[in-house]
Amino acid sequence: MYVVAGPDGERAELDLVTLIVARVADPPPSASPEQAALLRLCAAPLSVAELSAYLHLPFSAMGVLLTELLTAELVQARAPIVRQSRTDRSLLEAVMNGLQRL
Amino acid sequence: MDFKGSDTIPGPRAEDQLPHTAQSAAKIVIVGGFGVGKTTMVGSVSEITPLTTEETMTQAGIGVDDNFGSASKTATTVAMDFGRISITEQLVLYLFGTPGQQRFWFLWNGLFEGALGAVVLVDTRRLEVSFDVMGRLEERGVPFVVAVNAFPDAPRYAIEELRTALDLTPDIPIMECDARRRASSRDVLMTLMRFLHSLAMTGSRT
Ligand SMILES: Nc1nc2c(ncn2[C@@H]2O[C@H](COP(=O)(O)OP(=O)(O)OP(=O)(O)O)[C@@H](O)[C@H]2O)c(=O)[nH]1
Ligand SMILES: [Mg+2]
Repeated sequence: MYVVAGPDGERAELDLVTLIVARVADPPPSASPEQAALLRLCAAPLSVAELSAYLHLPFSAMGVLLTELLTAELVQARAPIVRQSRTDRSLLEAVMNGLQRL
Repeated sequence: MDFKGSDTIPGPRAEDQLPHTAQSAAKIVIVGGFGVGKTTMVGSVSEITPLTTEETMTQAGIGVDDNFGSASKTATTVAMDFGRISITEQLVLYLFGTPGQQRFWFLWNGLFEGALGAVVLVDTRRLEVSFDVMGRLEERGVPFVVAVNAFPDAPRYAIEELRTALDLTPDIPIMECDARRRASSRDVLMTLMRFLHSLAMTGSRT
């Protein structure tokens, strides 16, 4: 996982399923073409994996791009749920209920 | 890629957009040998058309030199397909169908470390592949269930025979499935969740 610094200097890990949301309606004029493309894609929350797929950029390249945008406070990152020694049972129950409706 | 035309990069279709309330996502990995049905399983349960994330690996990491004439380093592109299931307005589940070659699994940082669990797809015509796959999951402490894809020309065994052949401990769920069918793939995921739930109750594994 890539460690990226958030706006308040807090560090967040960038996972394939970290959800990214744009904090601005339109990319600022200073945004690079890559940054602008990413900002347009994540008007609604989108995982880093999906961003990598739509942008045709390797996952490893997403770290650099997203660090810039997080530092500039242009996107927000929503941390993933990762495996722990004891996964939260209510989370698993929610997933089971969700799967049941498939 | 050329970003000059960035206005035209196609994103998710309107109906494929997650709601703004989507707060966090979890992931599951589907593993198994070549052609065992990983992509099929991702596609059968995903709410979006499966997407592909790529990673590159330089020649040094591949360990095979099939590029004699060239002095420059070549990079191999490895693709991994994935799908998505919205669980609630807040929670999203992603399914990653890993590349058949296990040495490529670790190109994606955090793929296995963070996954809630794994589905091991097994083809009874090539059981030996499964040992390697399961060994790697055990090494990393990734809990898994085993799903036997019933290919028409594959030998059929009773589930308990397969458990013995695969050297699975009694606690690990094993079941038959047809990865092409959504209901069957969904049942496999459900079995994985129940298994994870039972582990969370006992805390017997990390
Ligand atoms: N009969 C039967 N055929 C299946 C099943 N699952 C997959 N197939 C077929 O098997 C072939 C390979 O399936 P894929 O999903 O591409 O397998 P894969 O594991 O993603 O393959 P690689 O990514 O190349 O390792 C396809 O032609 C599928 O239609 C199944 O459960 N039953
Ligand atoms: Mg595949």
